[in-house]
Amino acid sequence: MTAASKTIIIQGHIIDSLSLSKVFDEVIGRGGDYFLEEIDIGKTKTDLSRARIKILGPDEKTLSSILNRLHQLGAEVLEEASVTLMRATSDGIFPEDFYVTSNYDTEVRCDDKWIKAQNTCMDCGIRVDTTLKTAECIKMNDVKKGEQYVVGMKGVRINYTEKPGKRKRFAFMDSGVSSEKPKRAMIMETARFMERIKSTQCGRIVAVCGPAVVHTGARDWLAGLISNGYIDLVIAGNGLAVHDIEASLFGTSLGVSLKDGVNTHEGHRNHMHAINRIRSSGGIRQAVQKGILTDGIMHACIQKNCGFILAGSIRDDGPLPEVITDTLQAQKRMKEKLKNARLVIMLSTMLHSISVGNMLPQSVRTLCVDISPSVVTKLADRGSHQAYGIVMDVEAFLHELCEFLPHPTKNEQVLSSPADKPPCGC
Amino acid sequence: MAEVLMCRPEYYTVSYKINPWMSLRRKPDKSRAVQQWTALYRALQKTGITVHLIDPVPELPDMVFTANAGLVFDHLFIRSNFRYPQRQRESAYFSEWARFHGMELRQLPEGHYFEGEGDALFFGEVLIAGYRFRSDIKSHLYLGNIINRQVLSVELVNPDYYHLDTCFCPLDHTSALYYPGAFDLYGRRVLQRVVPHLIPVPEEDARKFCCNAVVHGKNIILNICSAWLEKMLLDLDFIPTILNFDEFIKAGGSSKCMVLFLKKQENIADESSIDITALL
Repeated sequence: MTAASKTIIIQGHIIDSLSLSKVFDEVIGRGGDYFLEEIDIGKTKTDLSRARIKILGPDEKTLSSILNRLHQLGAEVLEEASVTLMRATSDGIFPEDFYVTSNYDTEVRCDDKWIKAQNTCMDCGIRVDTTLKTAECIKMNDVKKGEQYVVGMKGVRINYTEKPGKRKRFAFMDSGVSSEKPKRAMIMETARFMERIKSTQCGRIVAVCGPAVVHTGARDWLAGLISNGYIDLVIAGNGLAVHDIEASLFGTSLGVSLKDGVNTHEGHRNHMHAINRIRSSGGIRQAVQKGILTDGIMHACIQKNCGFILAGSIRDDGPLPEVITDTLQAQKRMKEKLKNARLVIMLSTMLHSISVGNMLPQSVRTLCVDISPSVVTKLADRGSHQAYGIVMDVEAFLHELCEFLPHPTKNEQVLSSPADKPPCGC
Repeated sequence: MAEVLMCRPEYYTVSYKINPWMSLRRKPDKSRAVQQWTALYRALQKTGITVHLIDPVPELPDMVFTANAGLVFDHLFIRSNFRYPQRQRESAYFSEWARFHGMELRQLPEGHYFEGEGDALFFGEVLIAGYRFRSDIKSHLYLGNIINRQVLSVELVNPDYYHLDTCFCPLDHTSALYYPGAFDLYGRRVLQRVVPHLIPVPEEDARKFCCNAVVHGKNIILNICSAWLEKMLLDLDFIPTILNFDEFIKAGGSSKCMVLFLKKQENIADESSIDITALL
């Protein structure tokens, strides 16, 4: 509910006189919503208290009716000032005191109108085109000399899409991260949400994966989800692809047999041989086309035409030809491809989860699955407060998720026999 | 010694309608009004209160309701900003009287309506302040700053009880009368939290303006009330003086509306300075 909003100030002995409670109740009772932006509570009985509250209404008419009532209760609507703009004097450098974005939808006031900043993304500046009346979140590296950016806080407002404690069922575990919370209902809700996205064709589902997906033996489940059309984009590093291909070519992941879980003789060389074979084929796509790579996650991506971005890192072996080694280039690609994301499932990868989290607006459902609670905590600590956490083994998660989806989704051996291929899920 | 301000009902009448009790077809009987006012004047003197008088002014019939002139706090006179133009001219006369009698004048910003003791009654250290029909809540913020006391705003929701003193009456430092139907849930909760012994009066008594009573120590002067209320007051060791104020009810006022406290009795002030939170 972000169609219309205003910020009010209410002050006085608003706690003991229950004025603040009354304001909240009036807003909700009249079909609006509120976000308490700031509150300063007096320490003694004679001290005044003051609250700044953002009032949200489904439309201007409802908002106006709410504000009329709040006016009777002593609220004052804050004056709306226009943004201050300043030109960038060099490429890649924002003007001093530029407004740093959050991952909430943000609007800027320009010529007495609120303009929504496109491509919501945290840690950006807001570029404003006063002629076209547009605003956009821009990364520092993409700043061009002469462009106008918002400086200071004036004339900027944030639309908080959800409030703590107001989440629906999907927020089954929204009170923090714990390994002792019920997971089954949460996974079932995720499956339902995935089905809904696919049936309405509204938005994309993104999987952000670490190599643990392969190490734990979950690759067949993920490959199945891709083959059945549930995943639209895979974001990972060199490692996931390497070990997935290693598993396909040698049946091991970092030399450990995925079948019986034991170290294979000289198995630690397998991943290097895998990289070499793909490089000699010209790339993953070519390896699939030549019949060298016949199953697994990357194979499913190529077969199903599911997009993937492999972002490189300093510790990569090889890397595989598809890996983007220029970090800024990788960031740009990821940001571009994440534009229509509606659900992002982060599977056992801390660094990629945080980097993707940084690019997502708060409105994107984000599910972080990791055996370590600290990963979800870190994600939230870096501003991705919308992330829900499930503390569990990634293989168990994917297995259970697939069970809640309507079609067989594990790619176990099926791809070698086209007749046994599971029906498409979308 | 307590001191109050009154105004003779020389020009008192109903010549306009600014509350539901007023009707141009139901004018007060002047001689009866004078009798009733005089009875109050004498009753106040009898209880030991010093009564000061302000000269009435032609064409200001509601000047008789001095409680609405302002709020007196120590040596300060916080003058009213009347909502209705019909009463706005009263302020100049009351201010002049207060200045002449050595009080320091305070005025709230223009556009912030405030109708004095009619909408602001002390209960101990706390000022209970009504708003909506006459005063507006923003005036309470300025009021709190001037008197440096906690001001608890309560919304009045029934137009028949357009001033706080028509539906709330502090009796002493622990008890008060109130008419629940004049307040919303929030206002009732605030009063219940602040007043240890909050006595609800039935509608029958509320409509007789029984909450609009002048309290001085154990003396209480009020309009004709029910036998129940009279007994209840006696049981609380109050000495009720029950008079007839029906000519003033025609304009929406009773005994309290005709009295502005300039000074409360010392021992009451001492009692009222007890921190009521200790009693909760």
